Amino acid sequence: MSLIRFFKTIFMIDFLTGLIMAIKEIFKPKKTINYPFEKGSISPRARGEHALRRYPNGEERCIACKLCEAVCPAQAITIESSEREDGSRKTTRYDIDMLKCIYCGLCEQSCPVDAIVQGPNFEFATETREELYYNKEKLLENGDRWENILAANINADSSHR
Amino acid sequence: MAELFIFFEQIYRILFLLIPVLVSVAMIVWLDRRVWAFVQKRRGPNVVGPFGLFQTLADALKYIFKEIIIPASSNKVIFILAPIVTMTLALIAWAVIPFSETFVLADINVGILYLFAVSSLGVYGIIMGGWASNSKYPFLGAIRSAAQMVSYEVSIGVIIINVLLCVGSLNLSNIVLAQKDLWFVIPLFPMFIIFFISALAETNRPPFDLPEAEAELVAGYQTEYSGMMYAMFWLGEYANILLMCAMGSILFLGGWLSPIDLFPFNIIPSPIWLILKILFLFILFALIKAIVPRYRYDQLMKLGWKIFLPFSLIYVVLTASFLMYFDLLPGN
Repeated sequence: MSLIRFFKTIFMIDFLTGLIMAIKEIFKPKKTINYPFEKGSISPRARGEHALRRYPNGEERCIACKLCEAVCPAQAITIESSEREDGSRKTTRYDIDMLKCIYCGLCEQSCPVDAIVQGPNFEFATETREELYYNKEKLLENGDRWENILAANINADSSHR
Repeated sequence: MAELFIFFEQIYRILFLLIPVLVSVAMIVWLDRRVWAFVQKRRGPNVVGPFGLFQTLADALKYIFKEIIIPASSNKVIFILAPIVTMTLALIAWAVIPFSETFVLADINVGILYLFAVSSLGVYGIIMGGWASNSKYPFLGAIRSAAQMVSYEVSIGVIIINVLLCVGSLNLSNIVLAQKDLWFVIPLFPMFIIFFISALAETNRPPFDLPEAEAELVAGYQTEYSGMMYAMFWLGEYANILLMCAMGSILFLGGWLSPIDLFPFNIIPSPIWLILKILFLFILFALIKAIVPRYRYDQLMKLGWKIFLPFSLIYVVLTASFLMYFDLLPGN
């Protein structure tokens, strides 16, 4: 046994097997995706950038119940509200500090009207910190932009809620 | 006037060698990363330029714009000098490398000795960098690196004696011409293997990259360096690797000679053959980086002193007695 070991060491058999295997691996298809040019699939439950949704008639869904503000573990959400002329309670201010946010998804779960949701977009890096302090305008704009995907995702996940 | 002309001619010849070497160092870094990635079934750098070829240039540009941090407790003069020494020593060795029968910058008679001396001096850059940083990890890395490089230099020296016995000259062009009939890789095959492994240790490549074992020593002697100074260490290291590949192909693989002196092969210009051989050895370097785990330090020392050195010494005796017995000694 030790003689075999000795010859294996002298002629570097193990090393050569490894080398041949490495050369074979070079020609096999790659396991990684070419990221910025091709992207992996994203689950409907993905917790990416936040968005505030609207009803089909253009009315904001948010009713300023402040459940999300209360549940937020990082206290990233700030809400101020007042009564509108028609008597409904609406937010006057809805800020999310995206730098504080830990993307846990509790705000989305706590929302009784599916107003605040987390979309599939995770590529929202910016060059300054200020750009990541989202206000109501930005969140509603996100909601308008991603509405089709957001609605589809909520629909796909609805049976598990 | 004539002196001035000669001066400028020399400068142009130096630049004609140095700029291709620097460009190929950049390309070789890309090749190294690419081969490494391919073995691991990744893609490697593929965004900057065609196939990511300009990745190293982009990296170098980034390093130029980074701040150079000099630790307050460091010895500033030596700290700044260390990467310059490494880089310079890695580049001046190229002066004696013959690319063809006529294309060699300095055709000196002790070429191999010069090459050996310069590559031994390379350890000074590392020691200076590690000591001047005045910090524990760079210091430990530098000590390891110095011990390792000195140990393997000994076996490389003995291997070179093997080759010199067969050639009878220290001139690199003569060494190549002596391989016209038979490359030394065939009669001296065990020496070629030992030379290759020693070259890995000499250039601090895996599996002998103990000086920069990131799990133990952060980045070894480079830990305190940043910006362009780090890049110079890095380029010097790769220039050294390229140099060791060139040395291996000149000593064993017949330098700029074509494998067979037949029609389709001998019309290819000789520098191309040398470049191909260097590339072949470098791809082996890169493959080995991908497949082997790192050695332990005592194993490294044991391999160098207890196995390689006695074995190559015995082989010197064998070669010498073989040449004596069959009356093949060069010069007779």
